[in-house]
Amino acid sequence: MKPTDIAHPDYFHKVVDCQWACPAHTPVPEYIRLISQGRYDDAYLINWKSNVFPGILGRTCDRPCEPACRRVRVEEGSPEHRKAHLKPEAVAICRLKRAAADYKGDIRPRLPKPAPKGNGKRVALVGAGPASLTVARDLAPLGYECVVFDGDPKAGGMMRTQIPKFRLPDRVIDEECGYILDLGIDFRGGTRIDSMAALLEQGYDAVFVGSGAPRGRDLDIPGRQAAAKHIHIGIDWLSSVSFGHTTSIGKRVVVLGGGNTAMDCCRSARRLGGEKVDVVVRSGFDGMKASPWEKEDAQHEGIPIHNFLVPRAFLHENGKLTGITFDKVEARYDDKGRRELVPTGEPEVRFECDDVLVAVGQENAYPWIERGLGIEFDRWNMPVVDKATMASTRPGVYFGGDAAFGPKNIIWAVAHGHDAAISIDKHCRGEDVAKRPGPTFLLVSQKMGIHEWSYDNAITSDKRHRVPLKDTVIALKDIRQEVELGFDARLAFAEAQRCLNCDVQTVFTDRLCIECDACVDICPMDCITFTANGDEADLRGRLRAPAVNRTQDLYVSGTLASKRVMAKDEDVCLHCGLCAERCPTGAWDMKKSYIEMSHCGDTPRVHLPKSAPAPAVAEAAE
Amino acid sequence: MTYLAKPKIHHPSLPVNALGFTRRDYEGPVSTLCAGCGHDSISAAIIQAFFDLAVPPHRVAKLSGIGCSSKTPTYFLGQSHGFNTVHGRMPSVLTGANLANRGLLYLGVSGDGDSASIGLGQFAHVMRRNVDMTYIVENNGVYGLTKGQFSATADKGSRSKRGAANDDEPIDLVMMALTLGASFVARGFSGDKEQLVPLIKAAVQHKGAALIDVVSPCVAFNNHSGSTKSYDYVREHNEAVNRLDYMPERAPIVTEQAPGETRDVVLHDGGLLRLKCLDPDYDPRNKVAAMAYLESHRARGIVVTGLLYVAEDASDLHDAQETVDAPLNQLSDAELVPGAAALEGVNASLR
Repeated sequence: MKPTDIAHPDYFHKVVDCQWACPAHTPVPEYIRLISQGRYDDAYLINWKSNVFPGILGRTCDRPCEPACRRVRVEEGSPEHRKAHLKPEAVAICRLKRAAADYKGDIRPRLPKPAPKGNGKRVALVGAGPASLTVARDLAPLGYECVVFDGDPKAGGMMRTQIPKFRLPDRVIDEECGYILDLGIDFRGGTRIDSMAALLEQGYDAVFVGSGAPRGRDLDIPGRQAAAKHIHIGIDWLSSVSFGHTTSIGKRVVVLGGGNTAMDCCRSARRLGGEKVDVVVRSGFDGMKASPWEKEDAQHEGIPIHNFLVPRAFLHENGKLTGITFDKVEARYDDKGRRELVPTGEPEVRFECDDVLVAVGQENAYPWIERGLGIEFDRWNMPVVDKATMASTRPGVYFGGDAAFGPKNIIWAVAHGHDAAISIDKHCRGEDVAKRPGPTFLLVSQKMGIHEWSYDNAITSDKRHRVPLKDTVIALKDIRQEVELGFDARLAFAEAQRCLNCDVQTVFTDRLCIECDACVDICPMDCITFTANGDEADLRGRLRAPAVNRTQDLYVSGTLASKRVMAKDEDVCLHCGLCAERCPTGAWDMKKSYIEMSHCGDTPRVHLPKSAPAPAVAEAAE
Repeated sequence: MTYLAKPKIHHPSLPVNALGFTRRDYEGPVSTLCAGCGHDSISAAIIQAFFDLAVPPHRVAKLSGIGCSSKTPTYFLGQSHGFNTVHGRMPSVLTGANLANRGLLYLGVSGDGDSASIGLGQFAHVMRRNVDMTYIVENNGVYGLTKGQFSATADKGSRSKRGAANDDEPIDLVMMALTLGASFVARGFSGDKEQLVPLIKAAVQHKGAALIDVVSPCVAFNNHSGSTKSYDYVREHNEAVNRLDYMPERAPIVTEQAPGETRDVVLHDGGLLRLKCLDPDYDPRNKVAAMAYLESHRARGIVVTGLLYVAEDASDLHDAQETVDAPLNQLSDAELVPGAAALEGVNASLR
């Protein structure tokens, strides 16, 4: 293999698994260290810059970072975990973010100020959800006049209408949307845009569409029309609950669907009078689209989840819903690994119920965008959008969030918003929108003295700390009562210590190495090998511990005096720095890599030809 | 050294041996030696060898004298018996322990000062008595603990860190061991574990006195140009006469893929040493030829490594003394107090 090019920001970025997996590439270990130092303001601002809604995301994020967390892979090799048959668990990154938001002081003086003078450019933003607000936040301080339209009276979009208040209280939404609206945004609540052509005629320099995926999928089975009064579309019902239009539901409720919306529906139903609430899914329990923690939360509130049941018919008497019948199925996989749900032939299963919530997916709908405006749509009636620039086929019109590629989640909407803001800025300046700025990349030694580092390099064996919850009896009484209490400062510190500081990189300088093997002998994870060079497949098999995780890179040095190379498998490195402590010549050093995506208005220090796109980890709720 | 204890967490795919232990279970507390010390590599090689052999840790006694090298037994085989003796006196303590309890595996760890200066007499006698043990000398040519004076194994003409030349002839412990009747003699290099680990495994299984002289650079005081025990010098002048595979009893014999003649030596326990001869003229069973070879290469500044001599029909001190088969602590009263009639017999034989 050729020596690894560690000067390329992507190399060390990939080592920081959480940051690489995050669509907005938030510098996670950096803010976690700040939390453990009690520097909540600084931790919050790192988040705010990168993901715009730390308090909201700290409660609701889909957390693509956590499945990626190195701690999971490391704990697979922990003797303590093995002995006690404990499941390896990620650092509670998401809930630490909330701790930063909870314990920060007044950070307003540190936020950008409204631009003193406009730059004469006007941008229209359709929808006041996370994507549009991100674009507005990035553009407004530069002097853009941002006009945000939304059908609802208050800003926040789906964050406000579809996420139940017991998970995300209004005050958090008000605070964080407020930070943005205070930048001099022209927010026009209660103004639904129903014609793109009319909007374009108003002469905006750019238009951003962040109108979400507002249409809930229906379930067309016998009895649907006859029992319509007691069958509700999940997201519509949730927003009706959110606005206080709906305040009660029948005693027996069945929720159809296995995504996060279904979990919000069932937990809301439980609080509005549903005494017996059941979730029924077509797939198996493990194949559900809902995040594992949301399933756990639902079960914790006494809601059973029934799987492998396909709805057959709604039962009704005199227009009143009485129940639903299901066919039992099982999953079979064909040669190509595709799943098929095959009826088992067992008798149908019947659930008696008073109300049904249908949460089987969401769709985009663009009746308000006229065809023939130069905005192309594909055969699924989705706009044709460039994944890097968020540009539609009409110059000056951009899409983001669920509006661009269908239902995803808040953090993706934020990432889209940042990209679209860069595009809009470039478009308005007459620059090439396709030329993207690279990230800021710093690499600085953390050595403070002999065996002293500026980070805590001892590895704790603490298990993941649970977030304290409000007592279920109290929580179920009031739909606006937040269930999670959040980490207190002590728990936040303890959880922060579980972070492995993957951004503190092991950096090897081959010309300093005397090949004494000290690093090889001390490495607790057998990451380091000195051996003859070879191609990657060959080298991966010849290391002290086989490097089987192909998603993790090998760090290979130049040729050493003995004609061998140093090869390090990044997979389960603890970043404990023992290699550097044992190194007699300083050939190993622990250097912190700080990688920050360029946002609109930043001066990027590194220019890349084309940055590799982040891996798509999270899929949308069903 | 490091301030942190090595985390107990290990690689998820770390293998276990026949006893269900991982390699990490054969470690000791974290080393306090200087960063980059060759001795730490030897400790790692010992850990690997005992793991590979699946030796129950409580069946090992590790004994040492005084010095950097003699500190190292703390850092490996943390579950084994240990004895830090007086400076240079490890061989006699080991001999006594071995006579009293022949059921343990004996590992003597010493350095060039401990064995070639203050303990030279002890070294000579433990070799000529052929005590069943593995004797590892961690040889760096300097007194590291007292800041780098030449030791007795420093080569004539080699230079200290400050530039002074050594005028004295070196003591070659390998040559001495051969002369004195050691039945297994090898030399290794701390920077080459692929060679060292099989040597240790073979030495542990060998019956009788087994010496491994391991060149182990002192990073703090003897790793400069002008030293003949630095990483660079040894890498440049190292000439391995053979490569060794240790095969435990009844293991299937693997066909050698690599070219070169192989030579098998059967050990007393049925284990097999398969030597891949890098120098076809070198026969480790021929002591006289071995000594001539070593001497001629030493004159040219070459560090000869590998298994240098092995006696196939080795015996040990217990054989010579015709001692009782069981360790003394396992003898019962009946065996220890045979009664008046037996005493009478002994007395009669002396009249």
